[in-house]
Amino acid sequence: MNVSEARKRAEDESTEEVVMSLFDNIEKSELNAFITLAKENALKEARRVDRDGAKGALRGIPIALKDCISTKGIETTCGSKILKGYVPPYDAHVVERLRAEGAIIIGKTNMDEFAMGTSTETSHFGPVKNPYDLSRVAGGSSGGSAAAVAGEGVPIALGSDTGGSVRCPASFCGIVGLKPTYGLVSRYGLIAYANSLEQIGPFACNVEDVALLLDVIAGYDPRDSTSMDKKCEYTKELRDDVSDVKIGVPKEFFGEGIDEGVEKAVWDGIKILEDMGASYTDISLPHTRYSLAAYYIIAMSEASSNLARFDGLRYGLRLEKDEDWHTTFSEIRACGFGEEVKRRVLLGTYALSAGYYGKYYLKALKVRTLVKRDFDAALKDVDVLITPTMPFPAFKIGEKTDDPLALYLADVNTVPINLAGVPSISVPCGFVRDLPIGMQIIGRHFDEGRILRTAYTFEQRSGVSC
Amino acid sequence: MKYKESDGIVIGLEVHVQLNKLNSKLFCGCSPRYHDAEPNTHTCPVCLGLPGALPVLNEDAIVNIIKVALALNCKIEKQTLFYRKNYYYPDLPKGFQISQYDYPIAIGGKIKVNGMGGERHIRIKRVHMEEDPARLVHKGPIESSRYSLIDYNRSGMALIEVVTEPDLRSPKEAREFLNALRNILEYLDVFDDSLDGALRVDANISLAGGARIEVKNISSYKGVEKALLFEIVRQKNLARRGIKITQETRHYDEKRGVTTSLRTKEEEHDYRYFPEPDLVPLGVCNRIDEIRGSLPELPDIRRQRFVQQYEISDYHAKVITSELRLADFFETVASEVDNPLLSATWIADVLKGELNYRGLDITAFPPKHMIQILQMLRSKKITEKSAVQIIRTILDEGGAPPEIVKRKGLLKIEENIIASAVAEVIKENPAAVQDFRNGKNEALHFLMGQVMKKTHGRADPNIVNKLLREKLQCT
Ligand SMILES: [Zn+2]
Repeated sequence: MNVSEARKRAEDESTEEVVMSLFDNIEKSELNAFITLAKENALKEARRVDRDGAKGALRGIPIALKDCISTKGIETTCGSKILKGYVPPYDAHVVERLRAEGAIIIGKTNMDEFAMGTSTETSHFGPVKNPYDLSRVAGGSSGGSAAAVAGEGVPIALGSDTGGSVRCPASFCGIVGLKPTYGLVSRYGLIAYANSLEQIGPFACNVEDVALLLDVIAGYDPRDSTSMDKKCEYTKELRDDVSDVKIGVPKEFFGEGIDEGVEKAVWDGIKILEDMGASYTDISLPHTRYSLAAYYIIAMSEASSNLARFDGLRYGLRLEKDEDWHTTFSEIRACGFGEEVKRRVLLGTYALSAGYYGKYYLKALKVRTLVKRDFDAALKDVDVLITPTMPFPAFKIGEKTDDPLALYLADVNTVPINLAGVPSISVPCGFVRDLPIGMQIIGRHFDEGRILRTAYTFEQRSGVSC
Repeated sequence: MKYKESDGIVIGLEVHVQLNKLNSKLFCGCSPRYHDAEPNTHTCPVCLGLPGALPVLNEDAIVNIIKVALALNCKIEKQTLFYRKNYYYPDLPKGFQISQYDYPIAIGGKIKVNGMGGERHIRIKRVHMEEDPARLVHKGPIESSRYSLIDYNRSGMALIEVVTEPDLRSPKEAREFLNALRNILEYLDVFDDSLDGALRVDANISLAGGARIEVKNISSYKGVEKALLFEIVRQKNLARRGIKITQETRHYDEKRGVTTSLRTKEEEHDYRYFPEPDLVPLGVCNRIDEIRGSLPELPDIRRQRFVQQYEISDYHAKVITSELRLADFFETVASEVDNPLLSATWIADVLKGELNYRGLDITAFPPKHMIQILQMLRSKKITEKSAVQIIRTILDEGGAPPEIVKRKGLLKIEENIIASAVAEVIKENPAAVQDFRNGKNEALHFLMGQVMKKTHGRADPNIVNKLLREKLQCT
C-alpha cells in the first residue's frame, strides 16, 4: 500500500480501518519485521484523526520506525537484549518531525543488533524473512522496515544507513530506499553505531513517497552539530525527465563477485535512462577497493566507543545479582551483547589502542579522504553514478552466518558512499531468479533532488515497483 | 622545614577549573547552578548520556576558555578538536569523556609567581576544555560504604584544564602558582571559587630525578600543598630505606591528608583517544581579537598601574590587587580620600588584617565606611587608635562610623583640654618630671601615658607630646 492508496482508503473507509488492517497483516505475518507494536496508541491516534481531522504532509499515514530511533514512551531496543525494557524519555528529531506532520507510528522494526549486519540475522529477536522467499534474508540492517513496507502493506518506514543498511534491504525486498547526504537529516535520537557514517533514511514502495518522507525528516537541527541547512522540497523535483543528466558508471562497482543477472539488470536500467535522453560514460573510482577495509575500521572503532555507555547502570538489562561495579557491568555486557556486536567492539577497541591507532584508524581516515576525493572528482564530470546496490539478490538465512568476512563483502558497493558522505538511492530494477534486485543511483552532496528525479524517471519507464 | 632545594623537587600541576558561571553546561542546555539542588534534577538526555543524544558545544564556554588562555599568555590554536577519552567508570555515563588531545584550544603560556628566590615564570604547557563527570556519593566512608549513589547534576559541566610544565620547585611554590591562577580567573569572572568542586588539581611530583608520581583528586588550595608535602616525606622515607620509587598514580585523601596508591604504571588506562565524530572541528581565529579586546585589566597590570598612578608601594599594590574586590574597594576609597598612601596603608595593613583575623572577606566592609574613617583621620577628628576601634566595631557589631564615633565618644579632644590634663599630670608626678629633666627619656613616655589615660585615648599623641615638652621645658 503506497501513500496515495492509504489516503484513498482512509477517505473511503477510515484511518482507523487503514491502521487496523496493517496490524492484521503484521500479526498474521511470518516476516518477523517488528520488535514492538504501538497498536493501542496508533489506533487511538487514528480515531482522533477520523474524529478531528489532521494536519501535515503525512496526516494519518502509518509509519514504521527502525528500532534504533528513539521514541518517547515506546520501547527502543536496537535489536539488542542489552536494551530490553529501555523506554526513551524523548523523541528523536525525525520522530518529532513525523508527529508534527501527522504521521501515525505503528511500531518499531526489527534490525541487526545495533545495526551491525547486512541481513538482520544478528538481531536478538531473530532474523527478518524476505517477503519474496521466506527462507531468505530481507537484508540489513534495516531489514524489518523494508520487509514491513514490501510485505506487510506499511506505506512508509524509516531505517538508518551506516554502510548500506537502508539500500541493502530495499534492494533485497524490491522497494525504494534512500541514504541522504551526511548532515541532511538530524541524527539526534538515532542510537549511534558509527556516527561519522550514518544517516536516517526513508523507505517506500515508490520514489514519490520516499521524496515525501524526506521532505518531512530533512532539515537543520541545532541539536546535531553535523546537521546542515541544505533542505529542498524534494517532491517538487520529481518530473519525468533525465535529458540533462550525465551518468557515470564506475567500473570498480561491477567487479568480482557481482552476480551476472544483477549486472545485466543494472545495465538494462542504464539503457532505459539513456533512451530517456540521459548520457553515460565509464568512469573510475580508483580507491574503491580500499573502501571496505577503511569502512569497517572506522565503523568498528566508533562503535567500540558508542557502545561503552551500555553498562546496565541507568537503563536496559539488569542481572539478578549485583556484584562490584566492574564485575556487574562486565557481566551485563557479556550477557546483553550478541556475538557480532562483541566482535566489532573488540576489533574497534583494538584498532584504537595505543600503538595501533596510526596503523589502523588514522590510515582508515586517510583512505576515507581519498575515497571522498574520488567521488568529488567523478561527480564534477557527471551528475550521478549508477551501480548495482548489492552484488547479488537475497541469500538464504544462515548461509553466511558462519563466515563474517563473506557477509562484510556484501557491502562492497554501498560502503564507499557512506565514506564519501554523498546521497544514494536504491530503486528496484528487476528480478534475478524471482528475487528483486536494486539499482543504486549516487549523487553529489545535497543533490538528493537529482537522484530522486533520475530514480523517478526510471521507475516510470521501467514499470518495476512494489 | 620538610624539604630543601637540594631535594631536587620537580612539580607539575593539572588544574581543573569548573566554569560554573556559564548559563548552561558544556554540551547541553542544563543549568550549571545545581550546587544547592536535589540530586539528578539538572539533567537531560545529553548529560545523562542517553542513547541517541548528541553534544552541542556551548559557545560561551569557548569564549571563556580563550579569555583564560589569553590571560595566561598562551598561543591560541587555529583549529581545535574534541576527542573522546574512553574508559569505564560509574560516574561517566557515556563510557567516555569528551575532552581534548591533539589540537587543544591553546598551548605555551606562562604565569608570574612569587617563587623560591623571587619572581619566577611558570610555563603553561596547554589549556584545554573537557566535560565534568557525574559525582559519586557514598554513604559513610568510601572504604566501608556498601554502595555508591550517582548525582548527574555535575555531569557535563564545562571544565578548563590548565597544565603546567614541570617548573614548580616546592609545595609552597605550587600554592603560590594556584593563588596567581585563581587571581587571574577571578579577574576574568569565569568561575565562582566558593562553590564545591570549582577547582580540582592533579599534581605530578618527583624527587631528585626519581620516578614521577601523579596525585589525583586534590580539591582545595591548601590540599595541594599538604598532598605534595606528604609525598615528599613519603618518597624521602622510601629512598632512605633504599626502596626504589616507581611510577604510579595515587589518590589524595583530603580528610586524612595522605595519598594512597591507585594504580601502577602497568595498570594505566589506554584511553584510546580519537576525534569526537559528533562535534565538528572548531576554528576560533576570527574571534580572538574581539575576545582579547574584551579582556579586563589583569592583576599584574593593575598592580603596576597602582604603583604608578597612586604612588603606593609595590608591596601594598600586590596585597590589594591579589583580590579583585579588594582592588575595586581601594579604587573606590582612593577616589574619595585625597591620599592614596593613607588609603593603601589602612586597607592593606589594617583592614585586611582585621578581615583575615575574622575569616571575612572585603564584602563584609562597605567602602563608604572606610571613606568616612579616613576622612576623619585626615581632618584629625579622630586618632589612629580610634580609627582601628571603629573598624573593629563595624566588623564585630555593625554600625556606621559617625554613629560609632558618637556612641563611643571618639572625637578627638580639643587642645586646651589636653593642656589642662598635661598640667594636672605634671603636678601629680613630680618624680617623673624630675627624671625627665635629669635626662631620662622614658619618663616622658610614662607622662604621656598618664595624659592619654586621663583623656581616654582620645587625645592626639602628637599634641600631647608637643604640650608636655613645652610645659616641662618652661617650668
Ligand atoms: Zn543536560
